[in-house]
Amino acid sequence: MEWEPKIIAFFCNWCTYGAADLAGVSRLQYPPNIRVVRVPCSGRISPKFLLSALRNGADGIWVSGCHPGDCHYIEGNFYARRRFALLDNLLAYMGLEPGRIHFSWISSAESTKFAATAQKVTEAILALGPARQFIRTPVAVEEKAEAV
Amino acid sequence: MTQPIGAVLVAGGGIAGIQAALDLANSGYKVILVERKAAIGGVMAMLDKTFPTNDCAMCIMSPKLVEVGRHANIEILTMTDIASIDGVKGDFSVTVRRRPRYVDLDKCIACGVCAEKCPKKVEDAFNQGLIKRKAAYVLYPQAVPLKYAIDEAHCIYLQKGKCGACAKVCPAGAIRLDEKETRQTLRVGAVILAPGYQAYNPSGLDNLAYGTSPDVMTSLEFERILSASGPYGGHLMCPSDRREPRRIAWLQCVGSRDQNRCGHFYCSAVCCMYAIKQAIIAKEHSEHPLDCTIFYMDMRTHGKGFEDCFNEARDKHGVRFQRTRVHTVLPDRESGRLSLRYLGEAGSVLVEQFDLVILSVGLESPPALRRLAQNLDIELSPGGFARVDDFRPTATSRDGIYVCGAFAGPKDIPQSVIEAGSAALCAGADLSAGRHSLTVRAAAPAERDVRGESPRVGVFICHCGINIGGVVDVPAVRDFARTLPNVVFVADNMYSCSQDTQNIISGKIEAERLNRIVVAACSPKTHEPLFQETLTAAGLNKYLLEFVNIRNQDSWVHMEQPARATAKAKDLVRMAVAKVLRLSPLKEEMLTISPRAMVVGGGVSGMAAALALSRQGYPAVIVEREGALGGQARYLHKTAKGDPIEARLADLITQVEADPGINVQLNATLTKVEGFVGNFKSTVAANGNETVIDHGVTVIASGARESRPSEYLFGQDERVITGLELDRRMKAGDRRLAQARTAVFIQCVGSREPERPYCSRICCTHSILAALHLKELNPEMAVFVLYRDIRSYGEREALYRQAREKGVIFIRYDRDHKPQVQATPEALEITVMDHVLRQPLVIPADLLTLAAAIVPYRDEQLAQFFKVPMNADGFFVEAHVKLNPCAFATDGVFLCGLAHYPKPIDESIAQAQAAASAATVLLAQQTIRTSGTTARAEPRICSGCGVCVSLCPYNAPSLRTQGPMAGRAEINPALCKGCGLCVASCRSGALQLQGFDDGQILAMIEAA
Repeated sequence: MEWEPKIIAFFCNWCTYGAADLAGVSRLQYPPNIRVVRVPCSGRISPKFLLSALRNGADGIWVSGCHPGDCHYIEGNFYARRRFALLDNLLAYMGLEPGRIHFSWISSAESTKFAATAQKVTEAILALGPARQFIRTPVAVEEKAEAV
Repeated sequence: MTQPIGAVLVAGGGIAGIQAALDLANSGYKVILVERKAAIGGVMAMLDKTFPTNDCAMCIMSPKLVEVGRHANIEILTMTDIASIDGVKGDFSVTVRRRPRYVDLDKCIACGVCAEKCPKKVEDAFNQGLIKRKAAYVLYPQAVPLKYAIDEAHCIYLQKGKCGACAKVCPAGAIRLDEKETRQTLRVGAVILAPGYQAYNPSGLDNLAYGTSPDVMTSLEFERILSASGPYGGHLMCPSDRREPRRIAWLQCVGSRDQNRCGHFYCSAVCCMYAIKQAIIAKEHSEHPLDCTIFYMDMRTHGKGFEDCFNEARDKHGVRFQRTRVHTVLPDRESGRLSLRYLGEAGSVLVEQFDLVILSVGLESPPALRRLAQNLDIELSPGGFARVDDFRPTATSRDGIYVCGAFAGPKDIPQSVIEAGSAALCAGADLSAGRHSLTVRAAAPAERDVRGESPRVGVFICHCGINIGGVVDVPAVRDFARTLPNVVFVADNMYSCSQDTQNIISGKIEAERLNRIVVAACSPKTHEPLFQETLTAAGLNKYLLEFVNIRNQDSWVHMEQPARATAKAKDLVRMAVAKVLRLSPLKEEMLTISPRAMVVGGGVSGMAAALALSRQGYPAVIVEREGALGGQARYLHKTAKGDPIEARLADLITQVEADPGINVQLNATLTKVEGFVGNFKSTVAANGNETVIDHGVTVIASGARESRPSEYLFGQDERVITGLELDRRMKAGDRRLAQARTAVFIQCVGSREPERPYCSRICCTHSILAALHLKELNPEMAVFVLYRDIRSYGEREALYRQAREKGVIFIRYDRDHKPQVQATPEALEITVMDHVLRQPLVIPADLLTLAAAIVPYRDEQLAQFFKVPMNADGFFVEAHVKLNPCAFATDGVFLCGLAHYPKPIDESIAQAQAAASAATVLLAQQTIRTSGTTARAEPRICSGCGVCVSLCPYNAPSLRTQGPMAGRAEINPALCKGCGLCVASCRSGALQLQGFDDGQILAMIEAA
């Protein structure tokens, strides 16, 4: 079977998750590689979620929230934006290829933008191939059968 | 007296009707919401964005739509009209005509198969006829109720007796082609009319090429073109040949301010702003530079944030504003474009070509509505809107029948929402003896204690007819779920949301001792609350549910790849099971609410709010800084409708003083405020005494004042006065006024300046009224009004017209060429550049009145006390500029009057009543339940850095001040909104968001 990337997506409940729902209502088609984790606000997303996703074998990550200024919780997405800008730099420094992690701001009415972004994200990660760099591999410990 | 009927009929399901219905239903009244169309939503549902913030209309509206749709105490009757209203306040019998929908609302599952198979294509009225829909249709994708309807006028079966394809394919057996119109009589205690408006139809104007060229369209049609869910998917195109436009023109005042050609003398109040909004959005949508020009007479950007938006449109976005009335639009055959002919400012005829011409059409009451109003004994204003009184801004001429929204005069969304609150308040006050008499309150069974039980997960997978089952292999997903850890029960259901499946789930929870539930179905956004209710009904904590979206985000979007859609569904179920194992029951805190209100400010707004609350049965304390009630209204002469203010104000003060529920504290200041929603404790110092007041809610009505100008010789020459001083003299009957030979008004003194960019909203109307009064005192007096834009919005336009008819001379100036004032002993010499003659004009005046800006008090301490924000201008900032204009983001604190923005008395009273209505919603609950999804702090891990305290926009975290954990964070669950911002920002990992904690999310990630 051909390799298909696994993409973990973190969507805020009020905007992007709504856009994803509306894309469904409008029957817009996009690749089925995305596994969505719904969170109340993009401000809830901790950098460790992204790191954990990479460690657990995600080939790509997509984080999406409300447009700056439209946050349901007033300003959560501004903090998220700043947080991810830093994380993006850090991951680049650690050697993560550009294009593994995607950020977008999609309002709950932008179903077309949602589907287009899903397509774009999937294509970008497909082009990069499987992510191997940060996968957690158990440290090989020699088994000593004859332990005392 | 017999008890009034505790139910209200709200006619009209637009944003005003929705808001009124919610306010009433949430404060203890049964509501019947009657809507003419197949779904509620009104015009707002058609809009792409809303000004001035360019918020997406549907995004901000849909939570309200859903809340109305599943409210236990709101009954929605769609496709229903009012036929007659009999009876009196407290006991009305409303007869309604229910037109057939031909679809059984209880059975329709909105799968859309009927529309897919329906052979008849018709113009889609929701999309302004720009595209086609089927005769079987749903009004719009997010419609509430989300149910199909059959368009009787176009259905082949209903017209010709043949077809019936919909009935054959409907999987739910919901089609009822034999349905007939019925009549029903509803008994209610009060009626609120919120029927809205229709956009002016410009077909009758032969000079604008509307109807002859497809590229000339109304603003509502253009709104659909801009909309992402509209006919072109938000792509900017000319309807004629689908080319992308390069130049777009907006023509203002089409169907407004034009008695001769369209019969509407009034200003529609919203078109200037929506044209600016559309121009900005069109520029954003366009892939190449787009030239946008707005042709206007007066730019009326008189609302909060409007002038900023106007300035930005011009300076930042490059929208061109051309002051003129375009007289002809002619399609140009050669270029395929549209030629506009107009008179330029220099007086010569100019011709320009555009690709698209948008007619900014006005608002009008439909003729059928006017007829209905007459039948119902509701008096109309000259413009055809419901006639209301300035001091009772939402009461119609018939006692017990109220009005809100555009039927009470053309207005924007926030003003409609404010009036909805006002109307709801008045209706509720009439019926307060019947509060809670007809509402239902579901009693939940005792909650099972699942602590100590090992997880027993039940997974329910929905076919949703063929919506999921047609793509995803549901039985395979079900069998897969069975293999997951701790899953003890699995089932697949045809329609999980149906009442019978809900009963099955309930039964299985008990029979199988399930303590964690996973539902894989449509979307949690629409259906999670429903399943949560089912859990509650089965005695399970409602937070032990995880919802998996395998329809909207799976089967519907991967229709061509069933195997991969099934694989995705399995992954999503595995992720949900991983999370649900880690869920624990959450507690919703119950807080009792002190039933008293504190009103800060004893002006008209404060008094109106206090009276409104007291009439609903909630005592109020007014804290007034001055020694008397009345605020700015004490100095005002007349309202825009000509009511003398002094007598009405005296009446209002008498009512307040006579009300046993109102305690007035004069010369009072707040010295300390503690607590939060439901339980504030405020210390008031008045006349040397300090008293502590316990109150559940706070209404801020602290007002604003007239500024003291620093220009035009004000303060240096006694012939130069402000508008308020002129009112004082008129009120006092100062005889010297009539002796003036020439009186001049200068507008925008201190408003619309770089250092104070907002428009003070009331000065144009105020000066015109004063000018008319001077003309009345002495018809020989020469009266001049020097202005920048006349902003007599709505039916106030009649005054502007009347003033011109009476000989008041209006001369426009611009900010770069302000009038010059020189004092001579004989007269004030006022020099202004005449915009018609284009030469300076010198007016010798005896009296110069300056329309001084309205400025806020900038009470930093008050803002600090209640943790409420102020904008750069110093006005308080409401929770949401469109849909929550009289509350703060801080729970339990409300806002009205001039402290929010300059406004006339009728709007202040409406906002005061709306603030009282919002407060009543809270007070009527008696207790508040907080959400269980809140942050929680673990003090032992907390380092006390305070990041959470500084981040949270709701002030939920604080550092403990006492006890062994002093200095460590704690979260007040009553204030926490559950966004999780603090949690992700906590450096020590001491914070968790319950229901979305790190362990749960990481488990999902690992299972993905």
